[in-house]
Amino acid sequence: MTGIQLVLLRITLHLACAVPLCLLAIRFASNNLGVNPLETLLEGTGIWALRFVLISLAMRPLYILLKDPITLSYRRLFGLWAFTYAITHFTIYLVFDLNFSIGGWLVDVQARPFIAAGSGALLLLLPLAITSTKGWQRRLKRRWLLLHRLVYPASMLAVIHYAWQIRGFRLEPWFYIAVLVLMLSIRIFASRAKIFSRDTK
Amino acid sequence: MIFRRKPSWELKENQVTDERLFLNRRNFLTASGGIALAAYLPAVARANLEDLRERIAASPKTMEVDEAANSWEEITTYNNFYELGTDKTDPYRNAAALKTDPWTVQVSGECEKTGDWSFEDLITGLPIEERIYRFRCVEAWSMVIPWNGFQLSHLIERLQPKSSAKYIAFETLYDRNNPLPGQRTRVLEWPYREGLRMDEAMHPLTLMAVGLYGKPIPNQNGAPIRLVVPWKYGFKSIKSITRIHFSETEPDTSWKLSAPHEYGFYANVNPNVNHPRWSQGSERRIGELFRRPTLMFNGYSDEVEALYRNMDLRQLY
Repeated sequence: MTGIQLVLLRITLHLACAVPLCLLAIRFASNNLGVNPLETLLEGTGIWALRFVLISLAMRPLYILLKDPITLSYRRLFGLWAFTYAITHFTIYLVFDLNFSIGGWLVDVQARPFIAAGSGALLLLLPLAITSTKGWQRRLKRRWLLLHRLVYPASMLAVIHYAWQIRGFRLEPWFYIAVLVLMLSIRIFASRAKIFSRDTK
Repeated sequence: MIFRRKPSWELKENQVTDERLFLNRRNFLTASGGIALAAYLPAVARANLEDLRERIAASPKTMEVDEAANSWEEITTYNNFYELGTDKTDPYRNAAALKTDPWTVQVSGECEKTGDWSFEDLITGLPIEERIYRFRCVEAWSMVIPWNGFQLSHLIERLQPKSSAKYIAFETLYDRNNPLPGQRTRVLEWPYREGLRMDEAMHPLTLMAVGLYGKPIPNQNGAPIRLVVPWKYGFKSIKSITRIHFSETEPDTSWKLSAPHEYGFYANVNPNVNHPRWSQGSERRIGELFRRPTLMFNGYSDEVEALYRNMDLRQLY
């Protein structure tokens, strides 16, 4: 791909990632979020945070498949969008469920295990978002790679957070669990088989 | 050119029943049965339904709460009725899949008047009232709903339970051969089952609803007849009832079968006993942005706490 094509692809990806958030914003502005608007906002932002975490995790398997290192450079893009959705999700919860009360949050973390899982996922994603810049990458050197492995426990907690609030038997959580297991097992299998070297560009 | 020899057993095109007709054969049979019956009983069934519509519209208001009722739109487009789908808007969208006319309720167990009752016969003459109740879902949202219905106690008296009847159990419509859209996956074990202790069932607050906002109750809210127990979590208030069974022992209930450590038989609204996965201390009233505290027995403590006087509500949640 040429330079201009790469720039266009990147812009397209950013726009695509912004679509669910924009749709929610439009529905919010037009008072069209349904009977329980906060539930719609929480579910909408939450599920897309989870999806983007899993999409960013899919970049290395995609690299193994396509042998094109460009896929690896999109991990940050999807990761940052995942964080954007996650922090929006958390902010809505903090404002409308907790009335801005950090104390209420701590109580909720103890009272509701799925809140603890979700909060854990967000707290693990936070340092990754902060250190996602080239500058931090340079400063932290090898420790940066180590630090960014936090995406694995974060993604597990995110899936648990989602699955744990489902009532009755539903297929959706099993779908996300299956995708996560697939993404992680490809890595384990690939690193054993030494299909790819440890470079991360 | 390819010639295809037809095997002798193959039907000719014109002998095959149109697939749409075939798939709808039940409806066709019901409809033709209905037409045949209607020829003999002109307008009787229709008169009954018209009559019910009028009784619902004319029902006197006997109970209200000092909180604003939720709108018709809120109450009828945001429902948990897994038989019609698991999303909150699914029951509204799939409402037409539920056929409520004719409707039969099978009565069985420890009572004198067992057998199949038509919906019209079951409720004929029972006094329909309008009652505005708080409704609290176990998922921690709530509404205020103007029901039209009669006290379950009146219906129970009609069915003449024996002294051996200690519990009453209910089932929602489930036709294995013709499941509702949501019944094709086993979100729960079908049919949906609920039950009450006899003293809870006889309590004057316990309502059988047949109407909403002075109109016959919409399918997504549990047409043609559903239970409303305002001091218990919403899942106790079983919809679209096709079976009533009186028993000596505590009946199985769907959510308890599905997750016994999370949902009990009693399911009383209780801000002090949390669901294992979330808090029950507060709730979001539909239409409000911020949460409000949840009331003990959903605000009906004065009326119902005597029912549970010597019970540990932490154990018997």
